[in-house]
Amino acid sequence: MTLLTMMAVVTVAIVAQRNLFAVVVFGSIYSFLMATALVALDAVDVAMTEASVGAGMSTVLLLAALHLTRGDEVKPLRRPLLPMLVAVVIGAALVYGTIGLPAFSDPQAAIHTHVVPRYLGDSLRETGVPNVVTSVLASYRGYDTLGETTVVFTAGAGVIALLRRRRREKKK
Amino acid sequence: MTRDLVLRVLGKLLIPFVLLFALYVQFHGDFGPGGGFQAGVIAAAAVIFYAIIFGLPAARRFAPDWLIESMVALGVLVYGGVGVFGVLLGGNFLDYFVLAHNTVHGQERGIFWVEVGVAITVSGVMLKVFYMFAGRQRDRDEE
Repeated sequence: MTLLTMMAVVTVAIVAQRNLFAVVVFGSIYSFLMATALVALDAVDVAMTEASVGAGMSTVLLLAALHLTRGDEVKPLRRPLLPMLVAVVIGAALVYGTIGLPAFSDPQAAIHTHVVPRYLGDSLRETGVPNVVTSVLASYRGYDTLGETTVVFTAGAGVIALLRRRRREKKK
Repeated sequence: MTRDLVLRVLGKLLIPFVLLFALYVQFHGDFGPGGGFQAGVIAAAAVIFYAIIFGLPAARRFAPDWLIESMVALGVLVYGGVGVFGVLLGGNFLDYFVLAHNTVHGQERGIFWVEVGVAITVSGVMLKVFYMFAGRQRDRDEE
């Protein structure tokens, strides 16, 4: 609860803050709080990813991007009422959606009765890997991880293609 | 490049341990938390740390662009290669059972190489994106 309150405070700070450097630092703090919350939920692998990617890597990349731009947020030209409306409606829809979810850590929830018993029970015997997260990620759901890796590859290729063309244009 | 002596000495002291930790996360991912994705990010973070302290040219000497760009593609190729290798040995795509005489050993071997592929691509992409952003800054300064 403390964590969630702190995260809410940080979110408000991000929205209120006009200095982009401070926003980046607050974003990093938010990611670390998120990682702590994930540790509290026993999702250590995800917490590790959140800490290294969310708090570390994106902060560094945003700071590098900040070097290329000005440090202060520009005042919006119009009052962003339509985006506000869209955000509120989507937020309300998401909250409405959570009502239909099974209660937290309910053992009879659909997600725990489908393939999870097999993963948890047979993973060590079938794959010889004690960490179920690794065996699910790399073996049972190998196709998904291949897709994920391809997504990372495509993102990298896209960034290379975008930024490199700019540089060539400059030379002309 | 920063002239701060404390930062430079500490950076030199820390970076080997960060790289070692990346290897630990990579190879201990079967037993504890971690795996290819996290290890790739941590290894890339070590090089980025080096680049921030000693400057981008120094980091480019350590990890040149051609190497990083090939890493981006190589990781996916390693991952796909494991799948194709399984097909060649008579299984389905991404079947690890056929990779060794014992099915469990085959699984372990397949997971190992798949994680290696993920780590290579992830650290390659992270480094490349950082180089791109930091390199633009330098290009603009040179104008």
